[in-house]
Amino acid sequence: MESLGIYYYWTFAVLLMVGLYAVIAKQNLIKKLIGLSLFQAAVFLLYITMGKLEGGTTPIVTEAQANALFSNPLPQVLILTAIVVGISTLALGLGIVIRIKEEYDTIEEDEIQEIDKR
Amino acid sequence: MEQLLDITSWILMTLGGVFVFIGGLGALRMPDLYTRMHAAGITDSIAPILIVSGLILQAGLTLASVKLLAILVFLLLTGPTSSNALASAALLAGKRTEQAQPYVPESKE
Amino acid sequence: MTVIFGVFLLTLLLITGIAIVQTQNLFVSVMLSGMFSLLLAANFFLLDAADVALTEAAVGAGISTVLLLSALAITAKHEKAPSSNSNRVVALIVVTVTTLVLIYSTFDNPRFGDPNAAVHQHVGPWYMEKTAEAIDIPNVVTAVLGSFRGYDTLGEVFVVFTAGIGVLFLLGTPLGPFAPGNPYKSTDPKGLRHYLIPRVVGRMLIPFILLFGLYVQFHGEYGPGGGFQAGALIAAAIILYALLEGEDRALKVIPRGVLIGLIAGGALLYGTVGLFGIFLGSNFLDYSVLSSDTVHAQQMGLILIEAGVGITVTGVLLSIFHAFAARGKF
Repeated sequence: MESLGIYYYWTFAVLLMVGLYAVIAKQNLIKKLIGLSLFQAAVFLLYITMGKLEGGTTPIVTEAQANALFSNPLPQVLILTAIVVGISTLALGLGIVIRIKEEYDTIEEDEIQEIDKR
Repeated sequence: MEQLLDITSWILMTLGGVFVFIGGLGALRMPDLYTRMHAAGITDSIAPILIVSGLILQAGLTLASVKLLAILVFLLLTGPTSSNALASAALLAGKRTEQAQPYVPESKE
Repeated sequence: MTVIFGVFLLTLLLITGIAIVQTQNLFVSVMLSGMFSLLLAANFFLLDAADVALTEAAVGAGISTVLLLSALAITAKHEKAPSSNSNRVVALIVVTVTTLVLIYSTFDNPRFGDPNAAVHQHVGPWYMEKTAEAIDIPNVVTAVLGSFRGYDTLGEVFVVFTAGIGVLFLLGTPLGPFAPGNPYKSTDPKGLRHYLIPRVVGRMLIPFILLFGLYVQFHGEYGPGGGFQAGALIAAAIILYALLEGEDRALKVIPRGVLIGLIAGGALLYGTVGLFGIFLGSNFLDYSVLSSDTVHAQQMGLILIEAGVGITVTGVLLSIFHAFAARGKF
């Protein structure tokens, strides 16, 4: 179980950095947005991993298992909010990208900066 | 009786897994888009039937079986539809197989 | 057995994540990100987070793929090949160094599943106990979300509201099919109406999707579910209708005025329930004064605010879809 935990944390680290690489190194605006959502997904994975209890189960207290061990509900609440906020920012970002495309006729960052310098 | 149910659900789920594997292998190894869709279509049709039947046998006569049946019905409805939509879209985009010949109607003599 | 599942799903997640960033075809990227969301939802389910898995699957694999595809149809389909390499090499070095630092730090993280970790000490067990006596619903996550941490959820509804009105500000002015100068002719085939099979099957499925959305909304207290998932599902049903029948028919089903009413109405409902707490003599967002029996009052408050959340999320997601769809030179 412990090596699985380390694997979860390493996956979080790699996915976080892959998303960050997409945000800083790619020129296409939509690629940057997708990389940002990848970054957020890695953070979600970290929180939910920390909330898991060994031998626990989903924190829904039914009559049948009133005294079982339950995993921590608090990180799940925080991540529920974070997922919805993430998609709101994605939608707003896509709206801005569409407007940029209509004004500049391109969505590559270097071309946009080129047009702006003129 | 329990043993019989267990063994049958075992066999069904393993067969379903084998079909999923065959579908995945076909999707990788087939040469063309349309043949790959044929292979992937296996995972849409026969594999859910086998796997969900195995799970229903495990769950017995409870609410979970009804839910599993509903899941199976929805999978069987949406899977082939999406394959059809994919094939239509590919045809519309102009993708043809290499061996396709244009249809020439025979002239009446 | 769960170890095998866990390792397998995590490896698939890694491969998909790297493939999303590597590929230059944006369409492939978007499709892979839908797959990524689904794999992430499976991972969440393995980690006992059923509510989060449902939300991630509905919102990430469903709505976000639709929004990205609509934006792709308007903008570009391929990413331009990178021109200068020096930028990328520096970024690659920075990213690799940070990855190694993060991996070095993961050895100090709490052991996976440790009951003595700091996260399981203070508030978590308190919420598990107090839910049974104060609110008495099975799903502790909904109880914490709606009642114990109601402020955060109010803020979240307002974030969704802001995103909705932000997109409406940006893309709300008509540049769509009916604006003069747009080459789109109204006699072009709309939607997928002449494709028989997707249309028949889709129209057969839409009532069931709506029914499932309502089920998820009202059973948020007894199982995984709640307002956000329900809003995403109902919006997905109407987006499916819009894709099959054409956007104008979907606008006849739920007109723009009703959509704006939904966006504002849900947030207003949530705020009003909060203000009722003040009017009846207690604090803001205190549901216990809504009725004579405290537990009953808490449950009533939960149902009302979850309804508000679901209404706002439906309205916002639908408005955003219509704003994107009306924009393109399809």
